[in-house]
Amino acid sequence: MSRVATVRSPSSLYSFASAFFGASSLPGKAALRLIERHARFYRRMWLVVLSGAVEPLFYLFSVGVGVGGLIGTVTGPGGVPVPYKTFVAPGLLAVSALNGALNDSTFNVFGRLKWEKLYDAVLATPVGPGEVALGEIGWAVLRGLLYSVPFLVVMAALGLITSPWALLALPGAALISFAVAAVGVACTTFMRSWQDFEYVVLVSVPLFLFSGTFYPLSVYPHVIAVIVEWSPLYQGVVILRDLVLGYPSLSLLWRAAYLLLLGLAGLAVAGRRIARLLLV
Amino acid sequence: MRMLGCVSPPTQGDLTILGGDPVRDGAAIRARLGVVPQEDTLDNELTVRENLLVYGRYFGLNRKLIAERTDELLDFVQLTERADDQVDPLSGGMKRRLTIARSLINSPDILILDEPTTGLDPQARHVVWDRLFRLKQRGVTLILTTHYMDEAEQLCDRLVVMDHGEIAAEGTPRELIARYSTPEVLELRFPPDVQEAAFEKIKSLTSERSELTADRMLLYAADGDELLARVRAAGLEPVGEFVRRSTLEDVFLQLTGRTLVD
Amino acid sequence: MTSTHSLANGTASDGPGPAVTVRPLPAVPGGWELAVRAFRCWLVMYRRTWRSSVWSSVLGPLFYLGAMGYGLGSLVDRNGTAALGGVPYVVFVAPAVLVVQAMNTAISNAMFPVFGGIHWNKIYVAARATMLRPADIYRGHLLFIALRIAMNSACFVVIMAAFGLIKSVWAVALLPASVLLGFAFAAPVAAWAVTLRTQTPMNYVVRFGSIPLMLFSGTFFPVSSLPGWLRPLAYATPLWHGVALCRALSTGTVDAGAAAIHVGYLVVMAAIGLWWGSRTYYRRLYV
Repeated sequence: MSRVATVRSPSSLYSFASAFFGASSLPGKAALRLIERHARFYRRMWLVVLSGAVEPLFYLFSVGVGVGGLIGTVTGPGGVPVPYKTFVAPGLLAVSALNGALNDSTFNVFGRLKWEKLYDAVLATPVGPGEVALGEIGWAVLRGLLYSVPFLVVMAALGLITSPWALLALPGAALISFAVAAVGVACTTFMRSWQDFEYVVLVSVPLFLFSGTFYPLSVYPHVIAVIVEWSPLYQGVVILRDLVLGYPSLSLLWRAAYLLLLGLAGLAVAGRRIARLLLV
Repeated sequence: MRMLGCVSPPTQGDLTILGGDPVRDGAAIRARLGVVPQEDTLDNELTVRENLLVYGRYFGLNRKLIAERTDELLDFVQLTERADDQVDPLSGGMKRRLTIARSLINSPDILILDEPTTGLDPQARHVVWDRLFRLKQRGVTLILTTHYMDEAEQLCDRLVVMDHGEIAAEGTPRELIARYSTPEVLELRFPPDVQEAAFEKIKSLTSERSELTADRMLLYAADGDELLARVRAAGLEPVGEFVRRSTLEDVFLQLTGRTLVD
Repeated sequence: MTSTHSLANGTASDGPGPAVTVRPLPAVPGGWELAVRAFRCWLVMYRRTWRSSVWSSVLGPLFYLGAMGYGLGSLVDRNGTAALGGVPYVVFVAPAVLVVQAMNTAISNAMFPVFGGIHWNKIYVAARATMLRPADIYRGHLLFIALRIAMNSACFVVIMAAFGLIKSVWAVALLPASVLLGFAFAAPVAAWAVTLRTQTPMNYVVRFGSIPLMLFSGTFFPVSSLPGWLRPLAYATPLWHGVALCRALSTGTVDAGAAAIHVGYLVVMAAIGLWWGSRTYYRRLYV
């Protein structure tokens, strides 16, 4: 009797879950093992890892303080004019979260997939492809936090935080990192060569520049403003700015939900893609 | 090999490993398997010890257990002095031994090896064979693929010859040679221009099989020297001659019509 | 019988046996001719790979112009631009974007392909086995980098003109000025990059070198806004000289003395780079 069995069309939810998540009783526990491996690996080059946190700080001083001196005040959330550097800082905090997650969800994942063949080794153990995806995204989120926390500290030291709601900025930054990392890993599984990374640059630079980081959305003509609202970084910037400056509102929950859904979609795609690439 | 390792779904037929179905129980089965892949998928930037630690953690083993097994395994593959060195600068043979040690971290019931000594120098190969033989003696089941006939003849209790995904023959090495080949083979070389004519003439001299390959003729016989004398008596003088015992490569040639490494 | 060897008349005879004729060695061209050959090799490679970088070369500076020049500019102009010399912010920033792009092109092309020439695709090592000397390999590569800077800058100058951001006829000198600036960076950076054994220092150069340079050299705000103790540091950087020069050219506020200082500074930096590079290349490739 012959039958054709594939991972892609499971006969039951159980076999799908066990194929996706591996054998651990708690799905995702093995993802922590992958994160552990990355931590061990990067421990040697911690300076390279941390030095990436510096770039948004440079922008804070250059554009925030330097150009801020030319601008004076800007209309912030709640219609209140704030000094420019107070306006820009939460935007750059969101950028820190983005930067931290970006490298480890794109370039490094591609390197591990194609050159180091790390996932081939991992998938020969009980770890499943969904857990590999979760582990990579988890590590990128950790790195995003590694960049966001020092930035937040600098913001506090410069007196740019005016509200206790700013404490929620850290989970907010983690959410931004999650969305970016998940979409990043998912897209990276579709790339075929280093040339394709041109697209990563072509997406991340406009995202960084145009998502309301440096100036309010009111600067744009209405048509463009509507398009920018779809940018996950813009939603993240709004969440962080409103929290740090003390204007929490229910709409922030909707924005957070957008980021969460984006992240979950990326996670699902990434897991299936890794399975398709390596388990056939 | 990937199907056996429960990383590729079976394309046809039924497969049961350790009593489980690879699609449903894949992860659980993998927990009891050890895999030595064809390319070393080691973590080049970590040290030898860290590679074993990280891999063991993927199986959910606790650190103390991994540490004990690491010492044992590094001793088994003779890498104890290099335990804290980075993997990247190690030689090919050492990396392969590390891969074998890594595959044993979870004390597997079955060890799957995909061409374990390809690309190694002769000394390294012998060290690996020795370790695999000892594993066999300890009761671990080894499933091995190889192109090297000497490796198959030395290590295998049961041999399966595969051609294009189908089993062509099965048995112990000695049985296969006895069944599909003669005890000895006479290899002859002639100048390229007279090769064809000489081959026609020689074929009539013997009732056993004969093959003409790109660079030499293979004449199968029970006694190679005796056949060589008859060839000479027929007035043919070869440029090169060599009498040897049959090997599994001759078996493969007989079964599939192709040389093993083409 | 004594043996006679003579390279001059190209024959050697050594006892019994036929005489062996040794051909005379070919003459090696001097000057930059061999460098041009190396340059042509880079051109052939570029013909295959140009598509992968064309979009970021053209769109990158355009994005910065849009976001900083116009977006940020709308906020600055609202407040008054006396500190900028009375020009709209976008006119102030555009020449800086041109120069920053030239610097980034120069630095990244002088680091990664140079390191790769020794460690990744190893073209330097391959070229070394030919009649090219290390200095030729170095200069040929610099010529190619200069070409890429020229192409990128030409694109952006056209964009500036199209957006009406050029206020003076002096702007024809923008292209050579940005190539000079790029060359002034490429020469010493390549000289340094060829000595590297690992690639980590290159990341540091970008993060701690070109990014702060880009942000603090009078690009987005005048140097006069910097605290007093930082100003001399800014004036010493080659990027500031390039920015000041190109800003003067595009807005028509050229002062002969200041321009001479800027040009002179860049020329000196390029010359020092060239001198240093021929030494480091020699030591790295021949020793």
